[in-house]
Amino acid sequence: MSSQPRDPAQSEIHATFEGDPIRCAPGASVAAALIATGKRGWRETRSGASRGLFCGIGVCFDCLVEIDGESGQRSCMVPLKEGMDVRGATGPGGDAEATGSATELDAEGGA
Amino acid sequence: MSTQAPTNAHVSRPTGRAPKFDVAVVGAGPAGLAAAAAAADNGARVAVIDSAEQPGGQYWRHRSEAAGAPEAGEFHHGWKQYLGLRARFDAGLADGRITFFPSTSVWMARALSHSDVFALELAPAHGGGQSRVPSIRAASLVLATGGYDRQLPVPGWQLPGVMAAGGIQAFVKQNGMLPGSRFVIAGTGPFLLPVAANITQAGGAVAAVLESASLAGWLPRAHRAAGVPAKAIEGAGYVATFLKHQIPYRVRTVITEILGTDCVTGVRTARVRSTGEAIPGSERELTGIDGVGLGWGFTPQLELPIQLGVETRVDVDGSLVGIVDETGLSSVPGLYLAGEITGVGGAPLSVLEGEIAGRSAAVETLGTRRAKAAGHTATPGHGSSTALDAVTGAERRALARHRGFAEAMHLAHPVPAGWADRLTPETTVCRCEEVSYGELDHAHGELAAEDLRTEKGLTRAGMGWCQGRVCGFAVSCLSAGAGRVGADAVPVPAAAAQSLAQSAKRPVAQPLPLSALRDLED
Repeated sequence: MSSQPRDPAQSEIHATFEGDPIRCAPGASVAAALIATGKRGWRETRSGASRGLFCGIGVCFDCLVEIDGESGQRSCMVPLKEGMDVRGATGPGGDAEATGSATELDAEGGA
Repeated sequence: MSTQAPTNAHVSRPTGRAPKFDVAVVGAGPAGLAAAAAAADNGARVAVIDSAEQPGGQYWRHRSEAAGAPEAGEFHHGWKQYLGLRARFDAGLADGRITFFPSTSVWMARALSHSDVFALELAPAHGGGQSRVPSIRAASLVLATGGYDRQLPVPGWQLPGVMAAGGIQAFVKQNGMLPGSRFVIAGTGPFLLPVAANITQAGGAVAAVLESASLAGWLPRAHRAAGVPAKAIEGAGYVATFLKHQIPYRVRTVITEILGTDCVTGVRTARVRSTGEAIPGSERELTGIDGVGLGWGFTPQLELPIQLGVETRVDVDGSLVGIVDETGLSSVPGLYLAGEITGVGGAPLSVLEGEIAGRSAAVETLGTRRAKAAGHTATPGHGSSTALDAVTGAERRALARHRGFAEAMHLAHPVPAGWADRLTPETTVCRCEEVSYGELDHAHGELAAEDLRTEKGLTRAGMGWCQGRVCGFAVSCLSAGAGRVGADAVPVPAAAAQSLAQSAKRPVAQPLPLSALRDLED
């Protein structure tokens, strides 16, 4: 019995998604914070489709985000920490530059 | 029980060498926790590795202990059993018998032939950088990596708001909130019931639970259900919840399409015949839905057993599983498997298997060491009489009862025939690479792709981030021509079983930062 239980309602964690505030109870995941802020999809696939949470346990990679500059993070696995800078991922691997080139390749291939 | 997440400040690490343990346990869910506690109680020095921040696995996933979030176990079954296992685990942590590596992935496992030990390569489960210990060694290994919801593609299933049924439950258990407000839960198996119950407990609404099976399959196997009365009591609890919240439970009913543009808004459903065809006129539309949960049984997480070369088989539910003896020993000396990876059977069976495997691993390892010290030559990990003797008659009978129940459950809740006929050419099958059913069907029909590997090469299905973990089952079935109306009730034909084994081979078991490769020895 080492730590004092805190009332989650009194101590929320605050961070940002694309610069806008997001928040959730301590210990909740980045995905939970995004959903608590009304978001359902936060990543765009190569084809431009919106994706959010699917498997919820780190298997499917649909919920990828960039956290503090680290790309390819599964938002269902990462607890939200105070001041995190969360960004939406674009493309199949969540890397905006790679997506750019992949899209170009697709365009060339289709031409 | 400590309310703080367990930590280990005292990992002893000889300079420049990976720390060595008697037994390493991968996974801290029901099977892994039991294995760790049993191995430690039998005198072994144990390492436990889990990708989550705290023990519990998916089944006993719970609010954050580090954050001091209150946890009363209200979303859980067998919570008292968890607390009992956790007390043994924490006692092992406190006196140094158990070393816990939380938020850590095992991305590669090897049996080092020159030293008779297993090497586990570790990486942080999320974020960048390296694990505080990049690699460990262990004389015996217990893999208890569990499983995840098996998926079948449905038109529209890629829309945000559609989730794995287990994912909804995990979200509620971890975060104490819901990922939507009004849900439809669909698929097959008793697992759909606790998911719906958890949603109502958390304040959400369940518009319907759609079960593709008829439930008539239970009738000839009722005696096996009676062998596990706790399941009947649990089931009665769900009936009460469903009545109280007026949740419609529709059997032989499937989702034919998920509706929405940016996220899910509704579903189309139909009643189906046992042959798989939709019954004309039975179609309905449910609107005002912002959450859909899908699950057709479970897929065991087999990367590490397969890396180590264990023999596998296809279980009655169509899942690829590892072959083990009564002690949990696989075909690889010193390697034990416990829980869903030996056959999907639920948490109580997983705990039992973990207890036996952990104890057997400890008895074998310590016995072998004593024999060596006394100058005898010994062959470790071959199901010796010592380990077999350590399995009690009561445990053998309990294993048989739980296995019987699991088999009855799988036969009563098969993967439904006809799911492939409900796909349209535009339906996404591989979510990561956005491969459509049309592309896969072309590769299968025109280009004669008859196994997953060929489908993969021709279409990129299963080549994205998840490496076929989500679409592997469906693509294996499609490439073997299974999943059709009127098709055999066998969920996975022999041809697809081969594909399943192919898709389970993943040289890197978990995603890792490239920096983790830098320190790899021999």
